[in-house]
Amino acid sequence: MIVIVDYGAGNLTSVARAVSYLGYDSVITDDPEKIASAERVIFPGVGAAGAAMEVMRKKGIDHALKQTFESGIPMLGICVGCQIIMESSEENNALCLGLIPGKTTMFSAQNSMSSAQSSISASQNSISTSQNSISASQNSISTSQNSMTSSVLKVPHMGWNGLNIVQEHPLLNGIKPEDEFYFVHSYFPVPVDQGDVYGKTEYGITFASVIGRNHLFATQFHLEKSGEPGLLILKNFCLWES
Amino acid sequence: MLSKRIIPCLDVREGRTTKGIKFENNVDIGDPVEMARFYYEAGADELVFYDITASHEKRNIMIDVVRRVAETIFIPFSVGGGIRTLEDMRAVLLAGAEKVSVNSAAVKNPAIISEGAKAFGNQCVVLGMDVKYVGEKKGIPSGYEIVINGGRTYMGLDALEWAQKGQNLGAGEICLNSIDADGTKDGYEMNLTRLISDNVTIPVIASGGAGKPEHLADVLTDGHADAALIASMVHYGTYTIHDIKTYLEQQGIKIRKIAK
Repeated sequence: MIVIVDYGAGNLTSVARAVSYLGYDSVITDDPEKIASAERVIFPGVGAAGAAMEVMRKKGIDHALKQTFESGIPMLGICVGCQIIMESSEENNALCLGLIPGKTTMFSAQNSMSSAQSSISASQNSISTSQNSISASQNSISTSQNSMTSSVLKVPHMGWNGLNIVQEHPLLNGIKPEDEFYFVHSYFPVPVDQGDVYGKTEYGITFASVIGRNHLFATQFHLEKSGEPGLLILKNFCLWES
Repeated sequence: MLSKRIIPCLDVREGRTTKGIKFENNVDIGDPVEMARFYYEAGADELVFYDITASHEKRNIMIDVVRRVAETIFIPFSVGGGIRTLEDMRAVLLAGAEKVSVNSAAVKNPAIISEGAKAFGNQCVVLGMDVKYVGEKKGIPSGYEIVINGGRTYMGLDALEWAQKGQNLGAGEICLNSIDADGTKDGYEMNLTRLISDNVTIPVIASGGAGKPEHLADVLTDGHADAALIASMVHYGTYTIHDIKTYLEQQGIKIRKIAK
């Protein structure tokens, strides 16, 4: 049975619906014992990391998740679930689970100042490394130039964005270079160890959008709202052997 | 880099999509759930549903539609129309909508924006704005005024001031509908869209006036919009989402490619 952790961060039914659509049973619970004894654990979420951690501590869910992490049970964090596995979050200076070394930080005005510059270098990278046709690369250049004219980086980062896979992972099997995913967030994780980073996304700056360690995997984007590529990662998780 | 979003809008009355929608293939032409699936598979980035059911008592029909849509598509969708209270918002979100859109109710009671944002998060609350050009005058420094009741009632409220106030109250996005452009198929209201988008920090969805792919290209570049709402140009089969996205990509606009 897949356990979906309820820590008051909403959006649980969407994940349950997606899991059910894929043909797997799940149960939504805030009971630490059920979490600790689960075959698989998903902790989705929208909202604030600080508020989520407060609920977790109050209900003992934080200990249950640390326990499942120690025992090697497959774990999947989504959005806020990708932020609370870090040591801390800049959002209300919240202390988090600390399963992955590093912190969660916010898109800032400073990021947006450098956004045009980094967009250009990202495009140049894409020319040298991309297998896309020349015309596609040219498109990416002209888009970057457009972004230079609009100087403000809108926060939250909301909408569909790409994923640059930097390290292979069983859950990313079948994901194509052109696949995009749906993001809604103002904060993002910054792992200390690059070995914990599996995918990166560019929004003004380049940030880690897929992270993981051992049997813990987490995406900053919403798998349950990212169409077929999102469902594929979710399905890979449901089949992931521990 | 973030893609520009293409968002079909469906008007739903008592559980059926309204207007004489003409699809080819075997899609049931009036069922919002089947239409949602059709657009999901066609590559829509998001969907918007407006409940135009006249009677408040029949809201449960819409909630049932939302629930069935949520079981069928796995992209974000918002629901607007007749949302007056926090409970209305909660019902729609629990049924599976990603976002809820408030329009007239927010003009009459701006606190619903902050209450909704506090309860469900800013990203859940879309401020829907119906706007008419009235010319610069006292109380309307931008020349654009907020209207409700389908454009019949002028609220004496400046569109730019209202957009900024809505953002400060906690709206996570603005759906900006030009009553002047709506239904003309002559293109989006570019000046209005640019004015609002340049002066808020939340995403702006342009709405009203889309008739051909060039209109979307204009509003997503010169109009500075983050997303574009479309309705009749796809509902009547004049264009497909694929046609539109292919054109936008040719223009150098970053869009989410559709897997074939």
